Amino acid sequence: MRLLPFIASAIVTISLVAVLNTQLTIGTTKSPKLGYFLSPQHGFWKNAEKVNTNFDASIVANELKGNVDVYLDDRLVPHIYADNDQDAYFVQGYLHAKFRLWQMDFQTRVASGRLSEIAGADRLPIDRFFRRLGMVYGAEKTEANINANNPEMKETVDAYTAGVNAFIKQMDPADMPFEFKLMNYVPENWTPKKTYLFLMFMSYDLTGRAATTDLQLTNTRDFLGYDLFDKLYTNNQDSLDPIIPKGTVYQKPSIVPIKPINADSAYLHQSTALEFNNVETPAAPNKNNGSNNWAVAGSKTKSGRPILASDPHLGLNMPSLWYEVQITTPTHSTYGASFPGSPAVIIGFNDSLAWGVTNAGRDVLDFYEIKFKDSTENEYWYNGKWNTAEKRTEVIKVKDSADVVEQIPMTVWGPTMYDAHYQNPQSKGRNLAIQWTAHNSSTGVETFYRLNRAKNYDDYIKAISLYTCPGQNFVLATKTEDIAIKQQGSFVARWERQGDFIMPGDDTTYAWQGMIPNEENPTIKNPERGFVSSANQKPTDPSYPYYLGTATSFPLYRGISVNKHLTAMSGITAEDIQALQTNNDNVFAATARPALMKYVQVEKLSPDAKRMVDEMNNWDLVNSENSKGITAFKIIWDSVTQAVWGDELAGSPIPLTSPDDFVLVDQLLKDSNWSIADDISTKGKIENFKDQVNLGIENATKKLLELEKENKFEWALFKATKVMHLTKIPALSRMNLPIGGGENIINATTDDHGPSWRMVVHLTDEIEAYGLYPGGQSGNPGSAYYDTFIDYWAAGKYYRLLFLAKEKLIKNERTKWHIQFKKSNAS
Amino acid sequence: MKYIVSILLSALLAYAVGIYGNLPWWSFVVTNFIIAFAIPIKPAHSFSAGALGVGSLWAGLAFGIDTANNHILSTKVAKILTIGDSYLLVIFITVAIGTLLGGLASLTGSFLRSSKA
Repeated sequence: MRLLPFIASAIVTISLVAVLNTQLTIGTTKSPKLGYFLSPQHGFWKNAEKVNTNFDASIVANELKGNVDVYLDDRLVPHIYADNDQDAYFVQGYLHAKFRLWQMDFQTRVASGRLSEIAGADRLPIDRFFRRLGMVYGAEKTEANINANNPEMKETVDAYTAGVNAFIKQMDPADMPFEFKLMNYVPENWTPKKTYLFLMFMSYDLTGRAATTDLQLTNTRDFLGYDLFDKLYTNNQDSLDPIIPKGTVYQKPSIVPIKPINADSAYLHQSTALEFNNVETPAAPNKNNGSNNWAVAGSKTKSGRPILASDPHLGLNMPSLWYEVQITTPTHSTYGASFPGSPAVIIGFNDSLAWGVTNAGRDVLDFYEIKFKDSTENEYWYNGKWNTAEKRTEVIKVKDSADVVEQIPMTVWGPTMYDAHYQNPQSKGRNLAIQWTAHNSSTGVETFYRLNRAKNYDDYIKAISLYTCPGQNFVLATKTEDIAIKQQGSFVARWERQGDFIMPGDDTTYAWQGMIPNEENPTIKNPERGFVSSANQKPTDPSYPYYLGTATSFPLYRGISVNKHLTAMSGITAEDIQALQTNNDNVFAATARPALMKYVQVEKLSPDAKRMVDEMNNWDLVNSENSKGITAFKIIWDSVTQAVWGDELAGSPIPLTSPDDFVLVDQLLKDSNWSIADDISTKGKIENFKDQVNLGIENATKKLLELEKENKFEWALFKATKVMHLTKIPALSRMNLPIGGGENIINATTDDHGPSWRMVVHLTDEIEAYGLYPGGQSGNPGSAYYDTFIDYWAAGKYYRLLFLAKEKLIKNERTKWHIQFKKSNAS
Repeated sequence: MKYIVSILLSALLAYAVGIYGNLPWWSFVVTNFIIAFAIPIKPAHSFSAGALGVGSLWAGLAFGIDTANNHILSTKVAKILTIGDSYLLVIFITVAIGTLLGGLASLTGSFLRSSKA
């Protein structure tokens, strides 16, 4: 009788299969299904790519109109040669999917508030935030507009979508990207809406900070009172070196926004009881999301031809936001960095010109306070009557749990982001609608499509005039020796301080009074000084007739550094420009250190503190990777700012934003009796800068001694730059990279943020271009091409980019593989 | 002879059903079960044949893949599974799963046949 052993054995076997086929909860995370994940024919082993993989392939896709040849070079950059544009974008979509499918899925899930669907209720706060912000709403509006009015773009995005889906269809499930297996879900088909969601995410990343900062600034104003607020968060930047040189004369504005007569009492000086914090939101986009770009004219270069540089500073992630590609069709030949998720090249060059972008930093997102008639939120007060608030329904699917439904009341301003159902405990039931240019149907994808094909300055102006959000500084250099820069976007014609804080939404009084016409956006072409540049500083001096937004949105010092160097340089080569892009000079410290030293009372310092001050003073003002002086300076400076205004900000029940460094520098330079220097917590004693500087240094010394003990005094060890995988799993990331730079530095590399695509283009007859991004062309953590460029990037080196006609490329020694796309097997 | 055939069949069929990405990863449990049910050998031998068949298949595949990959991914997986950074340990666990399940599946098949006998 063997029935019993059979039953026992069967139960053990089935149970074991079941356990190995289940996601186990380990701490706060879920394991992959271990049996599946470790199976050599299904699991992660299938993603362990041979280091000498042969990428040659022949692919049949009946969506194609003709045949397409793709050659991969030694860095795995595809060079696409197609007979028509649609086929090129089909293949671009296919290749994005082949090498980056998981990140495309993940990034659009974040943008559309669909993380809970795969990761469970933990992610609900992030999902709800993006739904309430109107990310899906904005993407839908863009899609509807393009479908109705723009057949050329529709065709382009459709071709791209078909390419992504052709790959998904042909993919063996066992070969799907590693992260799907790890997180236990499967890819779904791409749609044009996902492309627009991805572009919405870029709008959020580059303009969405205001969704957090407008509330924080309102709270800070409420806490400090407007007068003190205006001192600490001043809009005056004395040392500004704007994008458009000082002294430029601007034409008369076509819109003169009128400040409401009650603004002083009902807006600026009004103190609401409203108190928010950002507990329920994802981390706001990085303040330093910005970038450098510049172009030097032939008059300043050794060759006599222009050179263009662009390096967008963004969060450092793997797989990278960028994917290099060459696209060559009968209409154009373009090379550069593309977004997996979108057709065309975003920052790059073609055989006539090169372009780059930096973030404009202008405020295009405002909150308006809404009054609802009752708790149904069906009607809201506007212009003297109750108006219907249509509800937008957003259903959030949650893994292993019930759906969460958001009912968002839509107002004349836009979606009501905060209300009784989505709020912070401290918000006391108040309602805030959001008005954001990203909701107004973006045409961004067409701008890049046209730039890919632009031949000259006029084409460039036409292409970027379509561009609305997120506002960018578009730099240009052409083979015909034009250089130019224009700040372009759909910008609000604001009165001073309009929209810096939550505004009353009862009527049109505080409404936007118009958008600045494109022709009045700051522009400069072929200036006398022989270069154009931008580094996220204010675009103009105060003579520009429109309010640009709060100064805290505009970093000051990188621009000063770039312009100082470019002014001094002549006989410039591409190598000189590379050296400038990776330059680590600290112009902020060059001003701040002597300003600080004016007040140091050395005789009163402890011996350790004296040593730290010496360390700071002997520093060469360069943020090099092994410098100790910068670490001493940074810690001392932060500690002094804390001593100066920490007391004013202390006691707030909610976190307030700190004032900017330039505010303190300016005051140290001009006024030793600034009232803020007094520590308001000490009664009967008035502190001045001398007291606070010494106090700051002593406090900093404690921290510096700790760093010394931990062997983290050297800048790169202290800063610990990392390129994190999108899941934040350290094993898939690169940690502690040996790289200098930092905030306010041209090489703007902080701990998790920095130059995400360094590009230098010399506009010679045969274009000479260099570039790289911190990542690799393959998004597969099991590929040798996953992090190929990171060490080179950290070392400040560049790759020569291969940009060649097909016949030449085929013969080039760096060309390694050939992927043939055919319409059918027969042809 | 039946023992050798069992091992070979077990490895061969496990590999064959593994080729199809749409079939579940544990399909070899079914094939091992059937082999052990069909080929009359002692349950203990059946267990070891199934274990050896799948275990050696998985060992071969994992070692082969890992060597060609220069251990890039297995090292990362070891860290993700918080078992250090040894690719050998990842291979060991992989092979252990294949061996154990393969053996148990065959044992179950063998028991079923002998319970009918």
